[in-house]
Amino acid sequence: MKTFLTLTLAASLMSTAAWAETVKIGFVTTLTTGAAVIGKDMQNSVNLAVEHLGGKAGNLDLEVIFADDGFAPETGKQATDKLVKQDNVDFVAGYIWSHVLLASRKSALDAGKFLISANAGPSQIAGKLCNENFFSTSWQNDQTPMAMGEVLNRQGVKSLYVMAPNYAAGKDMVSGVERTFKGEIVGKDLTKWGADAQLDFSAELAKAKASGADGLFVFYPGAAGGAFMKQYDQAGLKDMLPLYSVFTVDALSLPKLQAANLTGVLGSRTTQEWDPTLDNAANKKFVADYKAKYGAYPSYYGAQSYDAIMLIASAVAKVGNTTDKDALRAALKAADFDSVRGNFKFGTNNFPVENFYLREAVVDADGVWTTKVVETVFEDHIDSYAADCKM
Amino acid sequence: MDFSLLIIQALNGVQLGLLLFLVASGLTLVFGILDFVNLAHGSLYMMGAFICASLTFLFGSFVLAVLVALPLTGVLGFLVERFVARPLYDRDHLDQVLGTFGLILVLDTLAHLIWGPAGIAVPLPGWLQGQIAMSETLVIPTFRLVIIGAGLGAAAGLFWLVNHTRLGMLIRAGASNRTMVSALGIDIQTLFALVFALGAMLAGLAGMLIAPITEASIGMGNNIIITAFVVIIVGGIGSMKGAFIAALMIGLIDTMGRSFLDDLFKLFMSSDAAENSAPAVSAMLIYIIMALVLSLRPQGLFPPRTR
Amino acid sequence: MISLTRRSWLTLAVMALLAVLPPVFYLTGNPYYLDLATRLAILAIAAVSLNLILGYGGLVSFGHAAFVGLGAYAVGIPAHHWLYGGLDFLATTSGLVQIPLAVAVCALFALVTGAICLRTKGVYFIMITMAFAQMIYYLIVSIEEYGGDDGLVIDTRSELPVVNLDNPLHLFGLSYVALVVAMLLVRMIVRSRFGMVLQGAKGNPERMVTLGFNVYAYRLTAYVISGAMSGFAGALLGNFTTFISPEMMDWSRSGELMFMVILGGAATTLGPVLGAIVFIVAEEALSSFTIYWHLPFGLMLMAVVLFARGGLMGMLRGRGEDRE
Repeated sequence: MKTFLTLTLAASLMSTAAWAETVKIGFVTTLTTGAAVIGKDMQNSVNLAVEHLGGKAGNLDLEVIFADDGFAPETGKQATDKLVKQDNVDFVAGYIWSHVLLASRKSALDAGKFLISANAGPSQIAGKLCNENFFSTSWQNDQTPMAMGEVLNRQGVKSLYVMAPNYAAGKDMVSGVERTFKGEIVGKDLTKWGADAQLDFSAELAKAKASGADGLFVFYPGAAGGAFMKQYDQAGLKDMLPLYSVFTVDALSLPKLQAANLTGVLGSRTTQEWDPTLDNAANKKFVADYKAKYGAYPSYYGAQSYDAIMLIASAVAKVGNTTDKDALRAALKAADFDSVRGNFKFGTNNFPVENFYLREAVVDADGVWTTKVVETVFEDHIDSYAADCKM
Repeated sequence: MDFSLLIIQALNGVQLGLLLFLVASGLTLVFGILDFVNLAHGSLYMMGAFICASLTFLFGSFVLAVLVALPLTGVLGFLVERFVARPLYDRDHLDQVLGTFGLILVLDTLAHLIWGPAGIAVPLPGWLQGQIAMSETLVIPTFRLVIIGAGLGAAAGLFWLVNHTRLGMLIRAGASNRTMVSALGIDIQTLFALVFALGAMLAGLAGMLIAPITEASIGMGNNIIITAFVVIIVGGIGSMKGAFIAALMIGLIDTMGRSFLDDLFKLFMSSDAAENSAPAVSAMLIYIIMALVLSLRPQGLFPPRTR
Repeated sequence: MISLTRRSWLTLAVMALLAVLPPVFYLTGNPYYLDLATRLAILAIAAVSLNLILGYGGLVSFGHAAFVGLGAYAVGIPAHHWLYGGLDFLATTSGLVQIPLAVAVCALFALVTGAICLRTKGVYFIMITMAFAQMIYYLIVSIEEYGGDDGLVIDTRSELPVVNLDNPLHLFGLSYVALVVAMLLVRMIVRSRFGMVLQGAKGNPERMVTLGFNVYAYRLTAYVISGAMSGFAGALLGNFTTFISPEMMDWSRSGELMFMVILGGAATTLGPVLGAIVFIVAEEALSSFTIYWHLPFGLMLMAVVLFARGGLMGMLRGRGEDRE
């Protein structure tokens, strides 16, 4: 015990000495449990970003420390505390899950660190709890389902059945689609989430079918998405109850669905702020190199993580150090970098003001299942909570 | 309420109940005969799912994969018995709980190392993929019926094995009087190992049957093991009949709770409150039932005869 | 006698190190290790309280994390209402209300559930204590107001006279003192007539009944004391993490508490503390090496159970000597 503490003490003193010339980014994501498939994609993309940057942000060396949130808010908060207090990082980034971000928020911001969410976008942080040191490279949770609600209106869907996991983002997704969808919501199921999430949806699917709705809206990120799609397919609901999903059919679930040959998923539609087919130089490079290096399409989780690193690097390069917080904040806000989604700009609450696209699951030229853009649903969309943000 | 929905949900409940029985029967066998608490029984369920998933891709056939994966999980159970369970037989339940808790961590992490974090979707052959229309409104995925059939088959086989074979006779005798059986010159070690392997195969089978619906994923066993314990406690430890009845009861209550509790709650509370509280109350239901049963019958519904 | 003295020395040495080292780390620019020590001290209180019923009483509670969680929510819920309104009679940030509330709620919960659980024996007891913990888990999950599954951020820590819990040194000091008090309390209980009956009932309950003791009442009392102490630990934990979630009451958390007791040595004064130290340090050290740290951790757990009977204290004790 004593030797261990002495060793770590020595190690931490050494790391303090090396701290001056490097910019340290703590990256919190899920590396264990089934949800680690998302964390892995983010980690790959972060590493690719660092590689593309040559390991440098301007003259400073980039160092990324990955930490595991174990898919649990308490563990995520502990990981954040450690990054802030022990590793003394300059930026804390990552965060797949809204509840993990909400739990960890104070630890990073109270310590005066910049907090960059590469995925989670809970309504609270976009509104009342907004902070000048918080930035998002993803979206506010409501936005993607709002775009889907708009799509449903355009397609003349009159009644909808809604299924989502019972946690912060799940509730945001439901309120998002309710915000824009003009028809009637005939039923709603919130299922158990977390490390022991419910994965058998037989009872819920039977209810959805019996409800007679025109469509089924779901939000099942990560591993649950694959499980949901299989059961939807097996239940033969494709023609009876068309599926409109957000964050469910993606680059993480499609390869598995292809391996299991569940063709029912092809043609299903989903909304997103990014797609591998978006036509800009940064995106082409990101997608091509990611595919070359890791042998699969990146997901939006990866794209947003890649952008988060590029954003941080652009700010540090512009300022030239990590101590001038005001200059860094201004440089972050300016968002002067080549985003994989083309133009990138922040709104008043430091969430991106961005386009949302309708995507369709298709087979690419090499026979790999992926997505492509069908149309643009929203242009330069501002989230609904920005007005609540007093900053 | 819609009548065909009720039937579909009842079938879903039976399916869940049978899967629970497959896991719980092994647990209750090992518990009843070996007096051994195996928290890691759920990890065998997970390993069954993963092994079957890998073999399905190797052979290109789910059915063949199940047939090969079954003895493999049996072997795995045999190894667990030899190296973890056997040294813990004469310890108290506390040591067994902790030792097998450690085994859960080990097996979960091994699965992560071997198969990666993503989990594996298991493809089904076309003839199992579709649905069967019972009537206009009553359409059931074929594979769900297969699960029910396989579960019933395994249950019947197990009852036959326990009640009508020599091995079963020894198992029953071992459960009620261990020293007596060994005094009769029966190799009790081998009997125990066989029972353990049989339990592992049953749990593995449950994992293989659920994998094509959800998927093989890390930690999937930790979810079901607690429910399986609830089943055997409610049924009475060591009682196969108790496990069967309790499993079906818990499966039905859980599924029915998830489907109809919010409608029930809406009768006397606001729609929002009902939608928010129903999922949690339905999750609590099985524990409430367990506490209720135990407070009335401290040894479960079908307490084992003298030990 | 000699070995007893040796063990007392060991206890004093470990507790002295635990008192001195963390503040030193803090003052030399390693605040994280102070945090780690605070977490350790708080979990050690819960382990010490579990040891009372598990180690001395032979009652294997597999739901002790529920008490810790309830204690934490007893701090979080009044603070939540104080900030956001509603339930005025509950709204407060005063630790002098919150902490007694935590203890009282847990004592009551222990009384009600204990009354039912203690009717069962052996593995039924293990499982029914777990079932009650799961019920509380899902109950908290269902209360939207307090964050449900997402948990609850505690924006203000308990206000207490003398100590300021926002100061990490004060928080550690309070936790440490509370740990020492908890250890002394359990030691006192165990050496009292009450403790003798409790321990006597562990080995041979029938004999104690024949001797005219109401074993059930003795056990229930011990269960309530243990639950209340864990509730106190929970109140500290809520103040420490400033975030609480149902996940704190998960059955695996209860398993971890049991492991701390067994690892250190059940039915010893220092055992649970030693167990907590090794547990926290091992978790910290292993998880910083690899994300697969559960593998060596699980192997360690199995090795302790299989080979180190009596835990670390058992290994330290000379052969043939009796328990304290």
